Amino acid sequence: MGTLPANSRRLDKWVEGGMVWVLRFSGWASVLVTFGIVVTLVTESAPFFGHVPFRRLFTDTMWTPLFAEPQYGIGALLAGTLVTTGVALCVAIPLGTLLAIYLSEFAEPRFREVVKPMLELLSAVPTVVYGYFALLTLTPLLQKIYPDLPQFSMLSAGLIMGIMIIPYVTSLGEDSMRSVPMLLREGAFALGDGKLGVALRVVFPGAFSGLASAYVLAISRAVGETMIVAIAAGLQPRFTLNPLESAATVTAFIVQVSLGDLPHGSIGYQSIFAAGAVLFLMTLGFNLAGHALRRRFHRAS
Amino acid sequence: MNPIPAVQVSGEKDIAGVEVKPEVKVEIQNLSFFYGRNQVLRNVSLDVPAYQVTAMIGPSGCGKTTLLRCLNRMHDLYPGNRYEGSVRLHPGGTDILGPGMDPIRVRMRFGMVFQKPNPFPKSIYENVAYGLRLQGMNKRRDLDERVEKALRESALWDEVKSRLHQLAHNLSGGQQQRLCIARAIATDPDVVLFDEPTSALDPIATSKIEELIVEMKKRVTVIIVTHNLQQAGRISDRTAFMYLGELIEFGETNRMFTNPAKPQTEDYISGRFG
Amino acid sequence: MLSVGDFIVLPSQNLRKQEARASRRRSIDRWFGRIGLLSTIGTLGVLAILLLNLAASGLARIDWQFLLSFPSRRAAEAGILSAWVGTILLMIVTASVAVPLGVAAGIYLEEYAAKNKWTDFIEINIANLAGVPSILYGLMALGLFVYQFRFGQSVLAGGLALACLVLPIVIVATREALRTIPAAIREAAFALGATRWQAVWHHLLPYSTGGIATGVILAMSRAIGESAPLITIGALTFIAFLPPAPILAQAPFMSFDWLFSPFTALPIQMFNWVSRPGEEFQSNAAAAGLFLMLITLGMNGVAILLRKHAQRNIKW
Repeated sequence: MGTLPANSRRLDKWVEGGMVWVLRFSGWASVLVTFGIVVTLVTESAPFFGHVPFRRLFTDTMWTPLFAEPQYGIGALLAGTLVTTGVALCVAIPLGTLLAIYLSEFAEPRFREVVKPMLELLSAVPTVVYGYFALLTLTPLLQKIYPDLPQFSMLSAGLIMGIMIIPYVTSLGEDSMRSVPMLLREGAFALGDGKLGVALRVVFPGAFSGLASAYVLAISRAVGETMIVAIAAGLQPRFTLNPLESAATVTAFIVQVSLGDLPHGSIGYQSIFAAGAVLFLMTLGFNLAGHALRRRFHRAS
Repeated sequence: MNPIPAVQVSGEKDIAGVEVKPEVKVEIQNLSFFYGRNQVLRNVSLDVPAYQVTAMIGPSGCGKTTLLRCLNRMHDLYPGNRYEGSVRLHPGGTDILGPGMDPIRVRMRFGMVFQKPNPFPKSIYENVAYGLRLQGMNKRRDLDERVEKALRESALWDEVKSRLHQLAHNLSGGQQQRLCIARAIATDPDVVLFDEPTSALDPIATSKIEELIVEMKKRVTVIIVTHNLQQAGRISDRTAFMYLGELIEFGETNRMFTNPAKPQTEDYISGRFG
Repeated sequence: MLSVGDFIVLPSQNLRKQEARASRRRSIDRWFGRIGLLSTIGTLGVLAILLLNLAASGLARIDWQFLLSFPSRRAAEAGILSAWVGTILLMIVTASVAVPLGVAAGIYLEEYAAKNKWTDFIEINIANLAGVPSILYGLMALGLFVYQFRFGQSVLAGGLALACLVLPIVIVATREALRTIPAAIREAAFALGATRWQAVWHHLLPYSTGGIATGVILAMSRAIGESAPLITIGALTFIAFLPPAPILAQAPFMSFDWLFSPFTALPIQMFNWVSRPGEEFQSNAAAAGLFLMLITLGMNGVAILLRKHAQRNIKW
């Protein structure tokens, strides 16, 4: 009696001390990954930005870094990204918001419990499958309506991409709408408003920063999406804002170059890191904005 | 409008023995309420007099808030609820629980103020204008006039007139609650329902709200649920004491607090339970 | 009645107006309810059409020959043997890196880390990492793993790229699972003299396995469907051989040569077939897509059930 098991305590202390370091390293590993991405993008694209005059990125109208007489108009790639993302948002924001309002304010709780995980499956579908669907099912269908639509079109890719990002809008949007306190809804119902009125006039503004963060994160998804556009929107960069044409996005360009032979240090190799750096900056901006909005929402509610 | 019907309160005498027959505003008859299989209200019958303050008291869980929320059909917002009996709104005597009665119509004639201030995430002005817009008032001039009137009647105008278009959330708790009162009375409802309106407020804010309620009964019928007996004594003309989903006693407040007719009422008022 | 005070300024005809407005709102609500229901069904319908579509053109292709053949120039003889073997090997690498690292990071952030600006920094970093496009993980792997570390265009490089990609998913799932355990459980363990790590190992981890497993399954299902990062590191689409076997007949009985072997994977094989003209290759693509869909949807389904089960079983 009275003696503490000293030896085993000493072992415990060792284990504890060791584990703290293992866990701390793991915690920082995610930072290491980000660091790896940033450093790789910077060092591998530096030669590219080194020998391409900065001005030409914006003044050239074509993006043909691999040609004998190269052009460096990154606008051609950005236009592709802009148009496909725009088309996707035209699908995902109205439809996703509508579904969020419906599921949060109208649907029976049991219906919601079943439907929400099913909707989330839409973003679990492998993107290469969506690409297949856009190219081989949707495009022929759209060609029946509009016969001049080329085999590869930003419209078709964008529409399918819109379906893919619906769950980002709906899921986050519904969460933030449902976290608006019931008391607030009751205040509006007590004045004689209907469900849709309460949803649009009280719940929607109350959940706005949450919804906005959902939209911004969905944009980030669409900007970074690769396989759907690489398969269905075409791989040739083209400076156009017409969704009925084919054009390469920033991501599709990276795929197109990667598919070929790609020696380390070649201009092709450098150019995809340059494109990647641009992509990283864009999505970083959207992600940070999205998370800032989300934090603001959590603090407000 | 229809003439006032001759519905009378079941003969009741005040201390002086003079029979008081105030005009009835809300006539609750055999009201039962079920939440799923739970019966929460049992056969409540009660005549709420017009232009008076009627308080509902009782230990928590007695059904007083449930009864209040029957009157503007708030229970319709949630599934699994069922009413039995009738609640007639006078003059006219329409049964607001009747078949085909639209809860939205009911709510346009009953204002409600909640336990906690719940201003909308909008400007002060838009909070008050919300109900008016719902009732079809769109002209800016009309709205301005009615918003000012409602804010004056809730003794808030002087405090907020310079910042009508700022967010309502910047107001203090007591101001927010007065804003909610302004919101509720802006549309000239027949009855205003108060659900423990001061339970989240400090004593000074509470007394301001109480003054408002007393002032308000000149123009509108008031029903207030409160857990605070002193508050019921201070501001109400009549008091209903509820216990376990039943109405135990209903009568003139002074009489009930000094000379309760039922032993349960006496126990509750004297603090022996609840 | 109307003469009582000047409060009532709404004329009595407003009662009828009120009635009209109420019934209009009611019918708006009814219509919106219908539109919402139809949109929900329609959106889910896309998923059904997708599956039916793949089944219609791919189901006929699925047989033992398809499963056990290498890709071929002749569509009818082509199969997905190297693709599914490659996918399995990739997943072994991905899981054995992402799961321990992600769970440990989750434990660190939830149980150990102080609330300070460094922890905030890690958290913002993880949130941002979850939104980095997958193709950028491919570029990182290309520059870092393939060339810098000289892993080559191998299973190891591909698996590590996918591990980095799904790391945030595992971390977030672990943290959420730990967060549902009430503080009283931790305090009970500490009161008995447990060290922090003992509390984690004996109590917190066992009680959160359901949530963590759900996250791991979702992470793996995400990794299985990814193709962009693998294409970027230069995974070949035409691989007519299998990587060296990990188990040998004679000593030392184990070999890690497969880690450095070139590879292909199911989504890459599908991508290859989609981009080829000709209906036969397209039905090969559909068949591979059907496989991918069944695997990912199946894993997601298991995750949903597991989450439901975990929620139902433990009530704190």
